[in-house]
Amino acid sequence: MTDPGAAGLYIHVPFCASKCPYCDFFSIAAAGMTDAWCAAVCRELDLYRGSFPRFKTVYFGGGTPSLLSERQLGLLMERVRTSVSVVGDAECTIEVNPDDMSLEKARVLRSLGFNRLSIGVQSFDDGVLGFLQRRHTARQSLEAVEHAAAAGFENVSLDLMYGLPRQDWQADLAQALRLQPAHLSCYQLTIKPGTVFFRMQQENSLSPESEDTLEQLFLFADSFLGGAGYQHYEVSNYARDAACEARHNSRYWRHLPYLGLGPAAHSFDGHKRWWNVDSVQGYCRLLEDGAFPLADEETLSVEQLRLERLMLGLRTSRGAALADVGSDERTLAQLEREGLITVRSGRVVPTIRGMLVADRLPLLLEGHENAPA
Amino acid sequence: MLNIRNFSIIAHIDHGKSTLADRLIQHAGLISARDFHDQLLDSMDIEQERGITIKSQTVALPYTGKDGQEYVLNLIDTPGHVDFSYEVSRALAACEGVLLLVDAAQGVEAQTLANLYAAMEHDLEIIPVINKIDLPAADIERVKEEIEIELGLDSNGALLCSAKAGTGIEQVFEAVVDRLPPPQGDPSAPLAALIFDANYDQFRGTVVSCRVFNGTVRAGDTIRFMSNGACYRVEEVGVFRIKLEKRSVLSAGEVGYIIAGIKTVSDTRVGDTITLDSNPAAAPLSGFKEPKSMVFSSVYPIAADDYPGLVEALEKYKLNDAALNYQKDSSAALGQGFRCGFLGLLHLEIVQERMEREYDQAIIMTAPSVQYKFTLRNGTELTIENPQYYPDPTVIDTAFEPYVRISIIIPERYMGAVMKLCTERRGSNSRFTYPSPGRIEVNFDMPLAEIIYDFYDRLKTITQGYGSFDYEYLEHRPGDLVKVDMMVNHEKVDALSFISHRDNARPRALQYCERLKEEIPRQMFKIIIQGAIGGSVIARSTINPFRKDVTAKCYGGDITRKRKLLEKQKKGKDRMKMVGDVQIPQKAFVAILKSEND
Repeated sequence: MTDPGAAGLYIHVPFCASKCPYCDFFSIAAAGMTDAWCAAVCRELDLYRGSFPRFKTVYFGGGTPSLLSERQLGLLMERVRTSVSVVGDAECTIEVNPDDMSLEKARVLRSLGFNRLSIGVQSFDDGVLGFLQRRHTARQSLEAVEHAAAAGFENVSLDLMYGLPRQDWQADLAQALRLQPAHLSCYQLTIKPGTVFFRMQQENSLSPESEDTLEQLFLFADSFLGGAGYQHYEVSNYARDAACEARHNSRYWRHLPYLGLGPAAHSFDGHKRWWNVDSVQGYCRLLEDGAFPLADEETLSVEQLRLERLMLGLRTSRGAALADVGSDERTLAQLEREGLITVRSGRVVPTIRGMLVADRLPLLLEGHENAPA
Repeated sequence: MLNIRNFSIIAHIDHGKSTLADRLIQHAGLISARDFHDQLLDSMDIEQERGITIKSQTVALPYTGKDGQEYVLNLIDTPGHVDFSYEVSRALAACEGVLLLVDAAQGVEAQTLANLYAAMEHDLEIIPVINKIDLPAADIERVKEEIEIELGLDSNGALLCSAKAGTGIEQVFEAVVDRLPPPQGDPSAPLAALIFDANYDQFRGTVVSCRVFNGTVRAGDTIRFMSNGACYRVEEVGVFRIKLEKRSVLSAGEVGYIIAGIKTVSDTRVGDTITLDSNPAAAPLSGFKEPKSMVFSSVYPIAADDYPGLVEALEKYKLNDAALNYQKDSSAALGQGFRCGFLGLLHLEIVQERMEREYDQAIIMTAPSVQYKFTLRNGTELTIENPQYYPDPTVIDTAFEPYVRISIIIPERYMGAVMKLCTERRGSNSRFTYPSPGRIEVNFDMPLAEIIYDFYDRLKTITQGYGSFDYEYLEHRPGDLVKVDMMVNHEKVDALSFISHRDNARPRALQYCERLKEEIPRQMFKIIIQGAIGGSVIARSTINPFRKDVTAKCYGGDITRKRKLLEKQKKGKDRMKMVGDVQIPQKAFVAILKSEND
């Protein structure tokens, strides 16, 4: 069952019809380059054939993967299956925008071998969608879910955002639950430098919710979705049951190897991490010359590996292995008393309050910061 | 010996001392045009950056006189700022004469006079030199008059030059040869050499700068420091030619260096006399006055385990800056450290910068304080320079604080703003003089505590840099003083306690509270910052705890960035000081000392 040699495969599709005002992911609008990009990804995959021969998960992320044509997606999936091997029960996910999800598109995706969809719903309120400058409507999201089911997708994940101005978070969650998705991702709106929202914030035309409000929204989702049986297994991720957890994404949190193809994609083999240049042209040119399209790489020390396992584990309900936690009994006991963690069967597991401050937990556990007295 | 001259150039700050030194060095052919850069003798980075001289430097200039004789002219460069007058006095002890430099446009200034007095104390021959004669604003006749009247020197003998343009330099050389006396002394007498400076070289140990008054010293001799009897075998002697230049012997009248494998830094004391172990001098040469510390602050390592490193760095530093005084100190908040005495605020800043740059010490300095005196109800007297030792207010009969007479010279148009600043800072007993048309000298009696905080910064701001500022100690006068404690989550941060006039206590405490609020990062719990006199809180601010601190997304491309941030945060914590449960970053301590306008 376990296949230690198999990794996760991520393919970054850096194209979007338009740039969303909150997104700082690498993407460009130049759809004219998709064929060149496609060829380059195939070349890159070949370069890694020896070191990454087998995959347990495949994930097309972006950008907007659903912008790619049937021919392009078909070519890539074909290459993945012939050039390397994909294990029989592999999870194959593609991120889609609701407005791209006609019934026909859903059927095509299914026939190409995808068995999981991640639909970028964001909200079921057209006002909020307008604010986010999304191209789709709430109606289209509902239809997308219907089409997915009709095409035979049993494993569907919906992306939602919270902390948005004039958003009814409860209504959005309730609507999502009515669709009974296998998986839900709930992302707090994060305003990042270089985005339109960041500039609006600088100009005071956008003010983010207070930390207190965000805390309440986070806790509300936890109890509301928890009440419906969903498991809050990662800071921003909920699964209908353990079998529905995102297997590809869980590889990141479990520190398992993954190969990332495409511009700006990151890869990790258990010791080293490297990442590609973030220019589509540069990426394509390097691969045409037969070169690795690397931007940079790092070899992780034993201590860095430990720190990453710790920081990633503490974002999840699995927690971190006690062996990776550098704290003494007293610190552990204090944090447990504070209700931030529980220690059980050799693991340090964050409580819901612990997840709320997951970025500080490693510092608290390492004794670099003090817990409340 | 007849062909040696030992001399200094003394001047008010910015009257062109370093430029003249540069020109003399160039003229003597010690350095090629290719290697030349301005402020040659100011070798420290800080000196170059700030355009000031902090340390005395020495250089031996070869010169062929008009009489056809070969001379060696030892130039001992000196700092100009009031804070470094101690450096000046050490340099002068090694000289027979000085060039007293006066700016042809600025005329005689406060420090010109102070330096002149210092030179007279050492019985030195004085040659007035009027510099910058090429400036459009140069007024040679007026400056000559000032030299006659304010300095009491014969202005007929004043040399005219422009160090910048390079005019009149030959005449300066000739005057040094003709008018300054050669050193006296007996090369066959027992060795007596005065240490006027020292440097620590990590490969060769201490490099001692000295002036030989009697006798000779050469490699192989065993020398003895007269103050403590420590003996060392001389490895090398030589002279300063920009770089160290080895010689076979240093003889009476000469200025040079001695390297003797001196690894025990504290054995070398500036002002001490070196003699020969086999044939010692009967008595040491008269040393220098102990410098008087005016401003006090405590120095702590950021990380407690750096303490041994700080001890070593201070020892080496002291070797090179005899004006710094220090003794052990400890603070509940900051651990083991040192209480340091400085000549002034600039001196404090320079020490802080040099400790960080040259000695690689990450340090925290506490708010500068002055020396307070108290008479207690039981009749005893008490002197403190550390707020930690402030006596119980109920036993104090009278508190005294140091007053200084300040002198500010400004263009007349800034008069109103300067007056306002001085009265705000409790200045009294004002006096005005007009040293020259359009310029005014303002004198006030002012508590020293008022100027050590941010006075000079404010003055520079309101006079757009035109104000020159100087002060001298007057006396201790009674004052209504209080001690203010700063508390973080009810835990006293003793390093931030300060003594203040009652009227200033609240505004300053409020400012501290606000600064700390900006500088202390949010933590998992609420942090309350308070300033209090005794039990009563006079200022307060709070820092709210984290409610939510977690990034929404963490996928393949986020991990490296997140780990690096975590590593940085972990490292950042090493530059934090724990006070109770609260972490206070080093920069919070520094920020508190900055003036409002920064």
